[in-house]
Amino acid sequence: MGRKLLLKDIDVPGIRSFEVYRKQGGYASVEKALKTMTPDAVMEEVKKSGLRGRGGAGFPTGMKWSFLDRKSDKPRYLICNADESEPGTFKDRYLMEYIPHALIEGMIVSSYALGAKASYIYMRGEFRWIFPILEKAIEEARAAGFIGKNILGTDYSLEVYVHSGAGAYICGEETAQIESLEGKRGNPRNKPPFPAVVGLYNCPTVVNNVESIAAVPPIINIGGDEYAKIGVGKSTGTKLISASGHINKPGVYEIELGLPVEEFLYSDEYCGGIWKGRKLKAVIPGGSSVPILPGDLFLKNAKGEPRVMSYESLADGGFASGSMLGSGGFIVMDETACIVRNLWTFARFYHHESCGQCSPCREGTGWMEKVLHRIETGHGKMSDIDLLVDVAKKIEGNTICPLGDAAAWPVASAIRHFREEFEYHIKYPEKVKDPKHFEKEPFVSERNAVVAA
Amino acid sequence: MIKVTIDGIVTEVPEGTTILQAARQIGGEIVPPAMCYYSTLKNSGGKCRACLVKVAAGSAKDPRPMPKLVPSCITMAQDGMVVENITNPSVLETRKGVVEFLLLNHPLDCPICDQAGECDLQNFAYEHGMSKTRYEEERRTFEPIDIGDKIKLHMNRCILCYRCTYVADQLTDNRVHGVLNRGDHAEISTYIEKAIDNDYSGNMIDVCPVGALTDKTFRFKSRVWFTKPLDAHRDCPKCSGKVVLWTKGEDVLRVTARKDQYGEVKEFICNECRYDHKDMKHWVVEGPRHIDRGSVIAQNHYEKIDLLKLKQDVERQLKFQAGKQLDANNTLSA
Repeated sequence: MGRKLLLKDIDVPGIRSFEVYRKQGGYASVEKALKTMTPDAVMEEVKKSGLRGRGGAGFPTGMKWSFLDRKSDKPRYLICNADESEPGTFKDRYLMEYIPHALIEGMIVSSYALGAKASYIYMRGEFRWIFPILEKAIEEARAAGFIGKNILGTDYSLEVYVHSGAGAYICGEETAQIESLEGKRGNPRNKPPFPAVVGLYNCPTVVNNVESIAAVPPIINIGGDEYAKIGVGKSTGTKLISASGHINKPGVYEIELGLPVEEFLYSDEYCGGIWKGRKLKAVIPGGSSVPILPGDLFLKNAKGEPRVMSYESLADGGFASGSMLGSGGFIVMDETACIVRNLWTFARFYHHESCGQCSPCREGTGWMEKVLHRIETGHGKMSDIDLLVDVAKKIEGNTICPLGDAAAWPVASAIRHFREEFEYHIKYPEKVKDPKHFEKEPFVSERNAVVAA
Repeated sequence: MIKVTIDGIVTEVPEGTTILQAARQIGGEIVPPAMCYYSTLKNSGGKCRACLVKVAAGSAKDPRPMPKLVPSCITMAQDGMVVENITNPSVLETRKGVVEFLLLNHPLDCPICDQAGECDLQNFAYEHGMSKTRYEEERRTFEPIDIGDKIKLHMNRCILCYRCTYVADQLTDNRVHGVLNRGDHAEISTYIEKAIDNDYSGNMIDVCPVGALTDKTFRFKSRVWFTKPLDAHRDCPKCSGKVVLWTKGEDVLRVTARKDQYGEVKEFICNECRYDHKDMKHWVVEGPRHIDRGSVIAQNHYEKIDLLKLKQDVERQLKFQAGKQLDANNTLSA
């Protein structure tokens, strides 16, 4: 049983309310930080903890905070990125819905560390029902004196606002989110300048994921050094994983980083193995944007060492034979899943969500979707496979924001590892007419994975 | 002043100059193409990705190369920066890709498009693109609409450079049009069929790199290369009054602002000059407009030819061809 920091009280009845949360030891970190620590000391603890951004990129949170322009006399802002829309990721929703105070507590401590007087929670538009939950939590915290003027009698004041987006995936990109928060069209900005220098209303801004912010109170409570002991190497602490797909027990699990992937996938404590006793075909370990891995390459890396759930281990092998932990959207596919169909679904998503600002992403995502649709419905040509690889290569790295990369990586990796399956779709168009073709007759490959040199 | 090396050519520019501007200072073939950047419009650029270049060394202090290709129009040059544009194959390959992407949904209706002959995308595709497309699917289509009483919008042709929105933001007091929707369905629109109506709206036509926004008073009147462009001016209380008259005989078919060699207008003109003075008598004609010989408009040109310069040009070309011949021979024998 791994240690739980974020979800330890999830089963306490009424944890959503302030009284119960407080009784369980909530808001202790606010008292500790505001009364006994300086903002720099709080930041130092977060740096020591080695906490890495939980939104997908895995950038060290403490380092991100230290980039904030402190010399400028402009106000500073903290934005909590609650625009969780990555297919396969639903951890922030769970956290905000069931323990809203964990996020509010984190917001107060983080804002204190950054010297922000106003902080925003940018909520995904579709999370309409969580909006009142967070508003209520903020009101309760305000009534108890944790938000507002002179918190706990100190001279620190803070306002926390919840802002609803309008349902755009692109607004999860930090600069697009800032634009959207300013009331403009959610188009990502060109970087540099980075938000730490020129952010919201041209002021220094930090944008952090919900889970990153919620992880700050436990760090303050137990101390950065203690937190850094959990996990493995540079992947410290606990991480929420949203497991979905063909497994017996889909859901949100809190794991200690460094948990063997095999244990996570097959133990009854977590995913509980592949459903209906089927075989594992492929895993997307970090949300739809990260490269897909065939089952064997997921359990063991190219060198044959078993992988663990950590930023480094999953990325081992680079793009040739590795993937990323990303935002923890753990999608499992059994032997009946069709990689092409799944990829087409993702491509459709990125086509729909591209903001249309820069040309490679605007035109390329649509093109890839159309070609994949053609292959999946049995109208493909052999040259289409190389075309997809080429288009993905021309999008990757040439766009303003990472959405282009996110659209290109799944395509490139799926073709790298499952090229045979694409060829099968082209060779036997009549067999793939039925959308459930591999459910009737699972695809059997002579070679399971090709490890690119 | 800082020193920048672009394709092996060193130049000195003031601090805060972009790579693209530094390249333009050198001039010639090493200037990256720009489809969305417009030097006279603030915040423009960074969107079309046509001007991506490789930075082989960031600066003298930090000579590490930049990991990705960077948009040269908005990336500031640093002292000691080494930039590769046409000397880097990956840059050219990427640019080829950008042409292909821009042409995916762009109708190839150049034969009936008024912009043909002075179209940035046409030039860009001609110089950097492939002769064939690999795109087989249907293009996205829109109906042409009147976005203002004298401006026609062909959304099919738009490459979403956002220049016209910057014109409305920066030259007029009220922007009534913008970009709607997302992805490849994004469109320039006024939303509720509102007409763009202000004194400087015509500049949207001039800044449009393609034939998406065209002058309704000139539509289908003449191919641009059959007209004679004249530099002219008049006393205008609203604008500089410096224009180009596109004439046929004594008729003024169209009035536009003056564009420089990169197709950029430095002095914008008002709608009165553009639409209401299509009479030679209203203008003081300065002389023929200089048109680059590379342009298709120069086909029908009558500008006084500088014989000395022409001779030099011809000699240089001959030398160049002879050199190529020599190269080919060497390669064959080797």
